[in-house]
Amino acid sequence: MTWEIVIGLEVHTQLSTNTKIFSGASTAFGSEPNTQADAVSLALPGVFPVLNKGAVERAIKFGLATGSYIAPHSVFARKNYFYPDLPKGYQISQMDLPVVGQGALTILVEPLSGNAKPYEKTVRITRAHLEEDAGKSVHGAAQGMTGVDLNRAGTPLLEIVSEPDMCSAAEAVSYAKALHTLVRWIGICDGNMQEGSFRCDVNVSVRKSGAPLGTRREIKNLNSFKFMQQAIDYEVQWQIDTLESGGKIQQATILFNPDTGETRAMRSKEDAHDYRYFPDPDLLPLEISPEWIEQVRATLPELPHTKQVRYVNELGLSAYDASMLTSSREMADFFETVLSAVPNDAKMCANWIMGEVNAQLNRDGLDMSQSPITAQQLGGILKRIADDTLSNSGAKDVFRTMWAEGGDADAIIEAKGLKQVSDSGAIEAIVDGVMAANAEKVAEYRSGKDKLFGFFVGAAMKASQGKANPAQLNEVLKQKLAG
Amino acid sequence: MITYRPYLNKEFAMSLSTQDVEKVARLARLAMTSTEIETARAQLSGIFGLIAEMQAVDTTGVAPMSHSQDLAQRLRSDVVSESNQREAFQAIAPQVENGLYLVPQVIE
Repeated sequence: MTWEIVIGLEVHTQLSTNTKIFSGASTAFGSEPNTQADAVSLALPGVFPVLNKGAVERAIKFGLATGSYIAPHSVFARKNYFYPDLPKGYQISQMDLPVVGQGALTILVEPLSGNAKPYEKTVRITRAHLEEDAGKSVHGAAQGMTGVDLNRAGTPLLEIVSEPDMCSAAEAVSYAKALHTLVRWIGICDGNMQEGSFRCDVNVSVRKSGAPLGTRREIKNLNSFKFMQQAIDYEVQWQIDTLESGGKIQQATILFNPDTGETRAMRSKEDAHDYRYFPDPDLLPLEISPEWIEQVRATLPELPHTKQVRYVNELGLSAYDASMLTSSREMADFFETVLSAVPNDAKMCANWIMGEVNAQLNRDGLDMSQSPITAQQLGGILKRIADDTLSNSGAKDVFRTMWAEGGDADAIIEAKGLKQVSDSGAIEAIVDGVMAANAEKVAEYRSGKDKLFGFFVGAAMKASQGKANPAQLNEVLKQKLAG
Repeated sequence: MITYRPYLNKEFAMSLSTQDVEKVARLARLAMTSTEIETARAQLSGIFGLIAEMQAVDTTGVAPMSHSQDLAQRLRSDVVSESNQREAFQAIAPQVENGLYLVPQVIE
């Protein structure tokens, strides 16, 4: 009897608004402590929350992008707990009526091990709700004291909750990555994981196949995909070992320690989860009209999954290529601009972007948006491959020059004399010259020494200074050598 | 259609024990004497009596409300309107250092 792994995710995405969810204080990251903590963030007496339209718009965008139910009527509630980084003594969140209801996200799962092939999977989204972030505690800020920075307090979050549809670390990581791509794609979150803009809580349980769901433990606050995978692998093994040695799993909140690669339970107080939610009397219900939803829909770009399907069906790319080219909006935009120069050579565009361009970016530690070669420039090179002006190796030469020095493909081809010779008369003349200079080898070849063909190709290519169109050269050589 | 789930259920309304009051007091970080707890229990039970009465009303066909006023939330445009007033706010804080508000050490 084997064990089945059951995983669900709760992802906190910081929304990319200019201001906080309930006040006009800035949300800029990295400012001096408490300089963006206004009266509302501090929960001074007499303040009143006023909902940020930009936060609601971003929630609607997410709902549309995942085909989710968007509630025409949703309600804010108070989640009560005491902690110094939460000055009100409650977090404003949503409980029974969240702004976004059921939806789904289709992802391409990349198995973490060996030769297994990528496969598609649809993960159901349970809900997504708006809430405010808490402040930050700085332990040991002074002797025996904790310092509190409330700049982050009140930053809008969209908490995206999935169904427990994932059954491996690979699936959980692929889902989290797809979500990360999506929120940046639709421009609702900057996705900066170091700054905490995208934080994942992972619920993990195991069960014997076919058995009812096991007790879950929740790994809190994972801010890297690598840690997520390590944490899940460790936790799954721990749960299986515990159960197989006759133990029981207690529901718990746990933390992952990247230094040891282990998970451990947080000390939890009795009542810790008794949040006594109730509707916030300071906030009226949020109404979202169908007209508003349509206005927001009109601003949505073509979504990654739609693009992937189009790349496969209309451009003939593989599912893997399509997935890679839609891993970010910058990547997809780059690809489509290159493609516009050579509309019938999608595969060549994909190969160059994922090959040469990616390799150079990785080597120089750059991302797509910092590429020294623009998509238009690359399109210029590929156009010259497509019309036989450049050989593949000539194109790589142009690419390297362009990467280092900039410039336009045609100018580089001209300056470096890389124009490929495709004129059949010229190629025939070169071949004739090579054969005349190597009459003995021609005789050997004709008497059956086929291996010499490579010698002739090399010699003719050399004679052409590397500019002969290789396919044409082969063809002419074959004919002439045959006699 | 998702319906609104009432936060208080009927069983709760029927009886409120000393333990219930003690628990709520603990969650709210209120230190209460046994006399105060008994007073609060009696008062809160009175409120639950009112709720029980309201729950007896036939509300078939009435859409649940989350707010006493039948209005929708007003929205604010996403424009910064607050400037840095840290100095003024920290002037009334019991203790600050390097721009941080200080509180007794929190140990998780």
